Amino acid sequence: MALTREQKLELYYYMRLTRSLEERLVNLYRQTKVIGGLFRSLGQEADAVGAAYALDKSKGDLLSPLIRNLGAMLVRGAEPTEVIKQYMAKGDSPTKGKELNIHFGGVERGFIGQISHLGDMVPVMAGVTLASKMRGEDRVGLVFVGDGATSTGAFHEGINFAAVQRCPLVVVVENNGYAYSTPVSKQTAAKSFSDKAIGYGIPGEQADGNDVLAVYDVTKRAVDRARRGEGVTLIELITYRRKGHAEHDNQSYVPPGEIERWAAENDPIDRFEKVLRGEKVKAAELRAIDERIKAEIDIATDIADASPMPDPLEALRGVYAGQPSVAPLWFREDVSSAVEKHERASGWGTYDV
Amino acid sequence: MSEVTYLEGIRQALFEEMERDVNVFCLGEDIGAYGGAFKVTDGLQERFGASRVIDTPISEVAIVGAAAGAAHMGMRPVAEMQFMDFVSNAYDMLTNYVATARYRIGLGCPMVVRGPSGGYVRGGPFHSQNPEAAFFHTPGLKIVSPATASDAKGLMKAAIRDDDCVLFFEHKYLYRRIKEVMPAGDHIVPIGKARTAREGTDVSIITYSATLWKALEAAEIMQAEDGVSVEVIDLRTLLPLDDEAIVATVRKTNRVLIVHEDTRTGGIAGEITARISETCFEWLDAPVLRVTAADVPLPYSPPLEDYVLPQTLDIVRALRRIVAY
Ligand SMILES: Cc1ncc(C[n+]2csc(CCOP(=O)(O)OP(=O)(O)O)c2C)c(N)n1
Ligand SMILES: [Mg+2]
Repeated sequence: MALTREQKLELYYYMRLTRSLEERLVNLYRQTKVIGGLFRSLGQEADAVGAAYALDKSKGDLLSPLIRNLGAMLVRGAEPTEVIKQYMAKGDSPTKGKELNIHFGGVERGFIGQISHLGDMVPVMAGVTLASKMRGEDRVGLVFVGDGATSTGAFHEGINFAAVQRCPLVVVVENNGYAYSTPVSKQTAAKSFSDKAIGYGIPGEQADGNDVLAVYDVTKRAVDRARRGEGVTLIELITYRRKGHAEHDNQSYVPPGEIERWAAENDPIDRFEKVLRGEKVKAAELRAIDERIKAEIDIATDIADASPMPDPLEALRGVYAGQPSVAPLWFREDVSSAVEKHERASGWGTYDV
Repeated sequence: MSEVTYLEGIRQALFEEMERDVNVFCLGEDIGAYGGAFKVTDGLQERFGASRVIDTPISEVAIVGAAAGAAHMGMRPVAEMQFMDFVSNAYDMLTNYVATARYRIGLGCPMVVRGPSGGYVRGGPFHSQNPEAAFFHTPGLKIVSPATASDAKGLMKAAIRDDDCVLFFEHKYLYRRIKEVMPAGDHIVPIGKARTAREGTDVSIITYSATLWKALEAAEIMQAEDGVSVEVIDLRTLLPLDDEAIVATVRKTNRVLIVHEDTRTGGIAGEITARISETCFEWLDAPVLRVTAADVPLPYSPPLEDYVLPQTLDIVRALRRIVAY
């Protein structure tokens, strides 16, 4: 069951792709080409990639990512081009400009796009896995939540229901130390998030979220249990959010030195590179992967950049099944737009430092 | 006197009310040292301490429910929703518990639930909502939605002193874009009173929040291009509606357009239209029309968002149709 050399290089590829793609998005953000906020997973790539890698594509396993799980979506086949188009609000992005950032996906793609309301995807994934169980299918589901999202009612209700039903579901709590500015100590009085499993009557495990192989192992165990019909597992991955909540956040609330310490001593890609080098992977081989990634992202950026913005009338399409479009309001009949220039609003009015 | 933004107006109100009454306290996500996602509560914790400016877990039900409980005990909580889109999570608490507590068992909930709402900011479907209509249908709640900096301040102070729960919808597009010199002293704007934002004689626009500014723009265009005099009423409070002000403007101009950013079906414009029809039918020279968002979730991409939300030229178009009727 140990991962092969090829598989380990694949893990490296996805972690590096996640980081490089986000770095490209930062460049585009600074050029004001990204519309809205930009969310990073710097330092958390191992969680997203390692956990998603434990799912089985051939069995139709499904995951629901959070805002910091771009890596999980890439593992499941999301393309850099799509991600850049999403962030640039393009008309041929997966959501045709209706939804933002990495809020996209579909059942057939192996990942279901989240909504912003934290915790809501836990009950949804309870239902996804309940359906697999009812039909006797082999599919396992995995849902990511942040440390902060565990405080929602939806998290509690969803995991409890799934536990009672013994749904084939893995709930991954990505403990990155903060929810926006709020440290974990203000989120819960529990000693660990994995302890919460006791209250739901399910197994709880904790792992080093910056060790991609440990993340893979702990998730694989939970996936195997779920597939054997043993129900829900709660996994806590310990990691650290090195960037702000979003690009605008100056992290004024973080104690001095904390970010630098994690960056220097506990970077998941650096750590995995050491492991690989110890297993006789040559540095040149890794640099070749890095180069390949850069080329892929360059091409993706050009494609996304050249893509058109959506047709305004797309706004009216897709609300209901069997109804291609809702009718325009009377004052918009025969006008496709009531503004001449679509300006980029300066963020959400959030505080820019 | 220096000018103060809409956002600073709200912050001033919080400061002044916390100074005035030790029972006033704030709770919400990231509102303490960080000062909130939009920095509305910036400096409050430094001034009043962590026991009166409380950072909560991500738990809207607990924030609103605990505010209600504390309010029963004589406190005056001001609960922040990081975005008003998340007030939907507390819908049960607000509509079932808070709104009915006085009526059922005589327990009041003097509390404020405030936060940023509204679009025009490319925030997508979950950072742009205008959920006022969902609560407008609930007797027992009050709803306030200011459009100017001085109203934001004066209404916030009134909301904190009100003996019932006030939902306070701030508009994030206005936070830093509008400024005003604040009236001196203890500036209170009474809840339940609309304001004439522009006097006119030929046709009235009834609106609130960010679309007030689009209505005023449209009124200018109508004056300049068509020689039509447009009156603009800023509702300021949505629940209870200021029927007197609505009736007065209908009787004055006999032609009415209602504008709001929220979606059309079940929106507040429908209720206003019904009231005008019931009480002023014989005063009308044209049907009451509405300019609102289209009935779709609010999309993110600029061409889509701009298409869905009401724009100044839509208002001009509607006014021309009413005037020509
Ligand atoms: C129900 C709800 N309340 C508030 C928010 C606003 N919000 C967005 S992300 C966030 C912090 C999330 O923290 P965490 O769950 O730890 O995830 P992380 O960002 O650390 O990955 C908050 C408060 C939200 N999206 N949903
Ligand atoms: Mg977190």
